[in-house]
Amino acid sequence: MIAASGAVVSFPALSLLIILPVIGSVLVALLSEKRAEYVKLAALLTSVATGAISLWVLGAYDAHEGGFQFVSRHPWIEPWGISWHLGIDGISLFLVVLTGVLFPLVIAGVDPHHDEKRYLAWLLLLEAGVMGSFLSLDLVLFFLFFEIVLVPMYFLIGGWGYDNRIYAATKFFLYTMFGSAFMLVGIVATALLARQDLGYVTFDLVTLAEKSSFATDTARWLFMSFAIAFAVKVPVFPLHTWLPDAHTQAPTGGSVILAGVLLKMGTYGFLRFGLYLFPEAAVWARPLFLTLATIGIIYGAIAATMQTDLKRLVAYSSVAHLGFIVLGTFAFTDQAITGSVMQMVNHGVSTGALFLLVGMIYERRHTRAIAELKGLQQVAPIFAAAFMVVMLSSIGVPGLNGFVGEFLVLIGSFSTARWWVVIAATGVILAALYLLWAYQRVFHGEPDEANSSFAELKPREGALLAVFIAAIVFTGLYPKPMLERIEPSVKKLIEHVEDRSDFVQPDIKRSEGEG
Amino acid sequence: MLAETLTGPEIPWLDLGWALTLLAGTSLLLIVGAIVPRWRHGLYATFTALTTVVSFVFLVVLWGRVTDDGMASAVADSIAFDHFAVLSLVAVLVSVFLTALVTDGFLRREEYDGPEMYALYLTAALGASVMIVANDLIVLFLGLETLSLSLYLLAASHRRKTESQEAGLKYFVLGGFASAFFLYGIALVYGASGATKLPAINDALRGSIDINTNDALLLVGIGLLIVGFAFKVSAVPFQVWTPDVYQGAPSPVTGFMASAGKVAAFAALVRVLLVALPSRIDDWQPVIWALAVLTLVGGSVMAVVQTNVKRMLAFSSISHAGFILVGVEASAHANRTDAVSSVVVYLFLYSVLVIGSFAVVTAVSGRGDGATSLDDLRGLARRRPVLALALTVFLIAQAGVPATSGFIAKFGVITASVDAESYALAIIAMLAAVIAAYLYLRIMVSAWLAESSDESAVEIPRGLGIAVSLCLVFTIAVGVYPGWLLTLADKATTFLGA
Repeated sequence: MIAASGAVVSFPALSLLIILPVIGSVLVALLSEKRAEYVKLAALLTSVATGAISLWVLGAYDAHEGGFQFVSRHPWIEPWGISWHLGIDGISLFLVVLTGVLFPLVIAGVDPHHDEKRYLAWLLLLEAGVMGSFLSLDLVLFFLFFEIVLVPMYFLIGGWGYDNRIYAATKFFLYTMFGSAFMLVGIVATALLARQDLGYVTFDLVTLAEKSSFATDTARWLFMSFAIAFAVKVPVFPLHTWLPDAHTQAPTGGSVILAGVLLKMGTYGFLRFGLYLFPEAAVWARPLFLTLATIGIIYGAIAATMQTDLKRLVAYSSVAHLGFIVLGTFAFTDQAITGSVMQMVNHGVSTGALFLLVGMIYERRHTRAIAELKGLQQVAPIFAAAFMVVMLSSIGVPGLNGFVGEFLVLIGSFSTARWWVVIAATGVILAALYLLWAYQRVFHGEPDEANSSFAELKPREGALLAVFIAAIVFTGLYPKPMLERIEPSVKKLIEHVEDRSDFVQPDIKRSEGEG
Repeated sequence: MLAETLTGPEIPWLDLGWALTLLAGTSLLLIVGAIVPRWRHGLYATFTALTTVVSFVFLVVLWGRVTDDGMASAVADSIAFDHFAVLSLVAVLVSVFLTALVTDGFLRREEYDGPEMYALYLTAALGASVMIVANDLIVLFLGLETLSLSLYLLAASHRRKTESQEAGLKYFVLGGFASAFFLYGIALVYGASGATKLPAINDALRGSIDINTNDALLLVGIGLLIVGFAFKVSAVPFQVWTPDVYQGAPSPVTGFMASAGKVAAFAALVRVLLVALPSRIDDWQPVIWALAVLTLVGGSVMAVVQTNVKRMLAFSSISHAGFILVGVEASAHANRTDAVSSVVVYLFLYSVLVIGSFAVVTAVSGRGDGATSLDDLRGLARRRPVLALALTVFLIAQAGVPATSGFIAKFGVITASVDAESYALAIIAMLAAVIAAYLYLRIMVSAWLAESSDESAVEIPRGLGIAVSLCLVFTIAVGVYPGWLLTLADKATTFLGA
């Protein structure tokens, strides 16, 4: 491990994670449309190479060191104090790996049906944007990637989505941009106000977080300006209405990416920028976000129960799941935040897989209406089994990955946000309700005529799902490697919050004694 | 220092070389163009472009001669040289250069190729330049009229299109009103201060702030000056002419009006407010604040319901004017130097973007320059993928998406505004940008996502292709690596000769 960190300096792994997909995207755009096989190959190669580097980073990452690793820092826009500053820690590590692995899978496993070249070019550009958001340690650099992601996603939804795609794409773009509008002003104000402490203007996250301090009220305003952007992105109730539309209308590949990694840019943003930069303000805003998260959990679950469209049901289940992540984030305990980070990855895997499965159902039946699907278990038992495993993971059944994250969030939040947890825990039951009920309606019973020709899982689809299911089972049974990498960074973050606010994390044993 | 050596009626020919080049270019075009019946294809445009290049060389020399510690004046103090002026002049020259390239193919497609439009571009540029360097209200008015008259003619220059004639006439009548307001403003300010030279006005006003004095003469004068400027930059509520004129004028001319015209008017506005009237900041700053808010919100909201691309871009140009006003407002606060450079940078970057956008519109509009509705853009991505991509980049840049020049422009203005603690204005500006983004998305939807029944080819003349490519490269290059431009623009902050 120590040897690895020595090699790190010479090999700009993190920069490559961003630049490779950009190169791939340009390459794909330049290749002739007539050579479709080369187009696909180029896209696949660059995304696989990016994924390989992300896995290498995972291997070389020093698990005991909670701070930023693989740091790469170069001046970029010097007159404004903006730098190309990248780094990775336990909070971003698995999101980066998830991004690195998910994209090649989507490129290899999901066909866009038309205009493959443009589709792949946008997808690779999207990957660069997502990677950049998770790696940036400079506020403006982060904003750049956070915003740039909108453009490829807009075109992916608008170009390859379903009937109502343009409405959904526009709504997605404008909602997110609305949030970012506040964040940009917040970013600029943060840097300019910190000038009083620092003597110079910098947008460097680490410098700002460690060396500057803001007046209490100022910090609260600034925190809220960031929080609006992240809350839209997550999305936190009541800013969630873009999500069901975007998810439902997006092509399968787009939905997988959207659910898998894009939403995490919001929850990650809360941890990396909200809590880190404005600890006191984050503590102050706790009741608000705990409440909104709890409402999101219950509301998402109830709304999901009532959906008639299978894809929309999964979309609303995302609202509920992300509520858990926000709940854990604002509980401010080691366990809860570790659980949140874990749940970000888990949700990416299981909801991503659910969207894949729903996409496969649509391919076969050209409908997503639950009422028109029936008895698929009889005609396609393997398909049904795969769906079952993924669904159970999404519900949070012990032994699968969803359980670990959700359990940690709930148990970790109990000491600091007891009554919110009591209400939120019912969301777990509701999740079982809406998903099992959907499963029952779609897979049980006797298949009618339209459903009796439902095709079984093809080898290529099976291989794709196998990767997801392997991740689901492995993380569920043996979460230790993940937890021990996430935890040191989370501990560090909470110490940072405790140093700079009145908040003290309750000692779990003591609070048990009191309770 | 330049200022010491160049006082009196002496004329610094070398420092005025750029202006003389423009004048010589115009004369040659008209005289030789009249004697030699028809020049070979593209020669008019090439000649115009070359004129701007020569003029640019003079500007580079001038840039080196302008001192860092502020304004130097020449020709009996009636014109001022500083980095702010030189950068704005470069923006005007870039506009003429690109517009000339776009116009070449346009004129041949419309079959009225000739030297007149190019000559008018050059005189317009000359007028714009005089406005930029004017250090005297009378000189400023001369420049304003030269620019305006050229633009009226250019707007009406499509002889076979009634919309174009109508645009010219409308612009002329309303522009005449605005000029009258402006001239009346000059008279009143002269009456109140006894001077027309900007520094002299400041000297006269600085000492005389007295609550017992009746300032009405001066205040009305300032108000009328601002009305005149607001008309020229099409700030709400003085914008009503803009959509009609932008839609009716030939497409390349529209791009030119939105770039060179705005640069000149804003540069002059900044100079008048900050050099002549800094002692009355408390009086005019709220006016600029209100204009900025109205322009930002009005421009974006009104754009949403349009269906003609040229009209949409007209409203978007209004919204951009609002952004620039945000920078002007910020420059009124104590720390004004950053703000001035952000205004110049915005003007420069927006000029390139808007000319690029209108160049694409020119290509799509087809023979007769009439196919400019959203429907006419449908399926552009299939017919001309590269053109569609260029349009997309220009539009997302105008929306302020990062990694494009538009983000740099917006970021600069927002930074200036936040630095001046105008938080409300900064947030209103960003929210207006979100509304405006809807407009750009609608255009992009037409170009990329809508199906098209029209499979007719879109012709791209060579000059237009070069212009679009240059704009495209510039937009992305500045977006990714803006350091050099910002360093240059930082020099424009020694504007007031502190």
